[in-house]
Amino acid sequence: MISLQKLILGIGAVAFLASCGNSGKSSSKMTASTNASAAEQVYVPPGQHDEFYAFMSGGFSGQLTVYGLPSGRLFRRIPVFSQDAERGYGYDEETSPMLMTSEGFVPWDDSHHPELSQTDGVPDGKFIFINGNNTPRIAKIDLTTFETTEIIEIPNSGGNHSSPFTTENSEYVVAGTRFSVPVPQRDMPISEYKGNFKGNLTFISVEKETGDMELAFQILVPGFDYDLAHSGKGKSHGWMFFSSYNTEEAYTKLEATASQNDKDFIAAVNWKLAEQYMAEGKGHEMAASYLNNEMDHHTHSATSTKHDKVMVLHPDECPGLIYYLPTPKSPHGVDVDPTGEYIVGNGKLSSDMSVHSFTKMLAAIEAKDFEKTIEGIPVLTYESVLAGVVERPGLGPLHTEFDGKGYAYTSFFISSEVVKWKLGTWEIVDRIPSYYSIGHLMIPGGDSKKPWGKYLVSLNKITKDRYLPTGPELAHSAQLYDISGDKMKLLLDFPTDGEPHYAQGIPAELIKPNSRRIYKLDENEHPYAAISEDEARVEKSGNEVHVYMTSIRSHFKPDNIEGVEVGDIVYFHVTNLEQDWDTPHGFAMYGANTSEILVMPGATKTMRWEAKRVGVFPFYCTDFCSALHQEMQGYIRVSPKGSSVPLKFWTGEQE
Amino acid sequence: MAHSLKLLKYVASAMVIAFLSACGGSEATEDSPASDDPISYTKKAEEAKGPNKGIGPIKTIELAALNDDLAIEGEALFNKMCTACHKMDARHVGPGLADVTNRRTPEWIMNMILNPDEMTKKDPDAYALIAEYIAPMANQSLTEEQSRAILEYFRKYDSQ
Repeated sequence: MISLQKLILGIGAVAFLASCGNSGKSSSKMTASTNASAAEQVYVPPGQHDEFYAFMSGGFSGQLTVYGLPSGRLFRRIPVFSQDAERGYGYDEETSPMLMTSEGFVPWDDSHHPELSQTDGVPDGKFIFINGNNTPRIAKIDLTTFETTEIIEIPNSGGNHSSPFTTENSEYVVAGTRFSVPVPQRDMPISEYKGNFKGNLTFISVEKETGDMELAFQILVPGFDYDLAHSGKGKSHGWMFFSSYNTEEAYTKLEATASQNDKDFIAAVNWKLAEQYMAEGKGHEMAASYLNNEMDHHTHSATSTKHDKVMVLHPDECPGLIYYLPTPKSPHGVDVDPTGEYIVGNGKLSSDMSVHSFTKMLAAIEAKDFEKTIEGIPVLTYESVLAGVVERPGLGPLHTEFDGKGYAYTSFFISSEVVKWKLGTWEIVDRIPSYYSIGHLMIPGGDSKKPWGKYLVSLNKITKDRYLPTGPELAHSAQLYDISGDKMKLLLDFPTDGEPHYAQGIPAELIKPNSRRIYKLDENEHPYAAISEDEARVEKSGNEVHVYMTSIRSHFKPDNIEGVEVGDIVYFHVTNLEQDWDTPHGFAMYGANTSEILVMPGATKTMRWEAKRVGVFPFYCTDFCSALHQEMQGYIRVSPKGSSVPLKFWTGEQE
Repeated sequence: MAHSLKLLKYVASAMVIAFLSACGGSEATEDSPASDDPISYTKKAEEAKGPNKGIGPIKTIELAALNDDLAIEGEALFNKMCTACHKMDARHVGPGLADVTNRRTPEWIMNMILNPDEMTKKDPDAYALIAEYIAPMANQSLTEEQSRAILEYFRKYDSQ
């Protein structure tokens, strides 16, 4: 026992002295009493609720997951950019338009950065936005329903990475291009990238109450890789900061060629001035094709609207619109502290971290303290904007969040640790290992004006020996740290879904009371809804059959259908008549070339089914609904084409 | 095992009560909330006198002369929200509802509409019904006013 404790102490010392020791061995072993105390902190007794919601991106899953903190329990996987057969998202007739783009139906994306809507610089729990990186899009999830209700495509972009960060009152969410492309798209040699490929910083306006997104304007910028962003707050409200790398404008083997420059840039955009330039007519109308898909909760259906132009601002025609702040080397995160004064550049290939001062930036602009100008964009001198340097904090800084008590917490990918440092003095006050290779980190409200600085979550890329092995593919993971004291304390490991790149957290009380329980049947305006069993029916026109079907525990009406012929296309429009919480019904049809549909109480969903051959085929409810769920089934009879079987339908006695 | 025996006893006694006196049973008030433990509740139920008003938001209802407008409103609501499972004159998914106002108190009827989850767990008469029918009583999220209108429709139906 003593030797084990010694060993633990020894490992702890090694971890402390050489924080980059990503040895693959589990060096987080804690004493029994430490374990018990950590267990107590994360234990949420059965039937009780977590203190925080955590929203984590799914990365290459394309989705968004919802966890509770401090328990780490997974509550929900919200389908956003990828089809989800479990709930028919992107398969049923109603939600499929959500995944339409100018490139047609795109059933997958790479979802990176969830961002909660804000009021006065604080997450308000109304909406959460998330970007699709691959086919540039931004989605909005309504936090009363936890459903994706809008997706807008970003034109003139190739890789929507620095997105969808919000301004202080969610006036805008932004979209900066990671992969610059020819704008407009054209056939040209890749080797002529430099000066010809363009980046784009897009501002999407968000309507305050409904959250409706509209593409307000784009700013055409040099063809760097715009990586992440954060808005100013408080004193710096009205500005948006974008990090960039590949200011070399390399187009091949970027691993080496895009890390040549000592400094890349943080782009500071004065978006209030951009609004003024737009009002003055400085925007250029440019042809562009993009879709805006919106879900209507009365018709329970999404519609796609095609747009064919955007308004574009050119920095060389708009003095003061944008400045570059030199930042070493290839900064990933650009993070603004709760006061709005400090702009932290997380130079991922730099040994130090540079922090800029907003006050000094304004002074440097006033004094025209410019190093040079790139395509009409003044580059401020590094020294004139620098607030301070965090010296040798670790290797590979990626992202910083804040606790609201004057401290910053930065993730270090290469040295696999979280480092706590003090704003203003830039001294390092604590460090703790992560297992392993932390990417982003999250403090609830940690990128806002008022962080709830109790917990920190690290999002780790590699788990190796942390869990039971599951073949070559292992879960990514999160780790929960207590940051309420002077020293950070590891409380919990839990696996995550997909690859979370970024996360948001918010007190449960800001969302929980507004959570919707049902859709009211009275408000159902779906054109094929049957809002009572009286309205259940089957209509046939040509080879198109519409079944207006109802479901309630535990039967469908109709549950017997005859008179369908080979070659008919049958649309099952299922309305769930339940008006109680947690009473969805599913519907599955034999041989359907699509997923099931899952119908929330009071909603209508549609499955398309083709009658391919003669026979009698079953359908049933997939979501256990009552003790008689197993009896919730029915049949559709398919007769030969031209048959004389009349169209009939019933439940119970033949009607 | 001991617990399941107790539960069996409870079910048996609840069924006996339901069988012997369809509107009999207990009274649950805010002062004496129904216990989660069926046994102690049954004891209370046995001790309690008076008609069973069920468990839920409706404590007492004063019935006046039949309000025909309200009954018509209630009939429309019944047809829309209830007929998937209930008929008036015959057993369907749930019991036929003709004569229900003679079997149950008005409070019990409204509480069964408004608070079926708790009713079918804690009220012996409601528990006996779910034991017989197996199908759950769906909570259709009606308002108190709407459940009152449906009660009026039942009164009108039973008076004819």
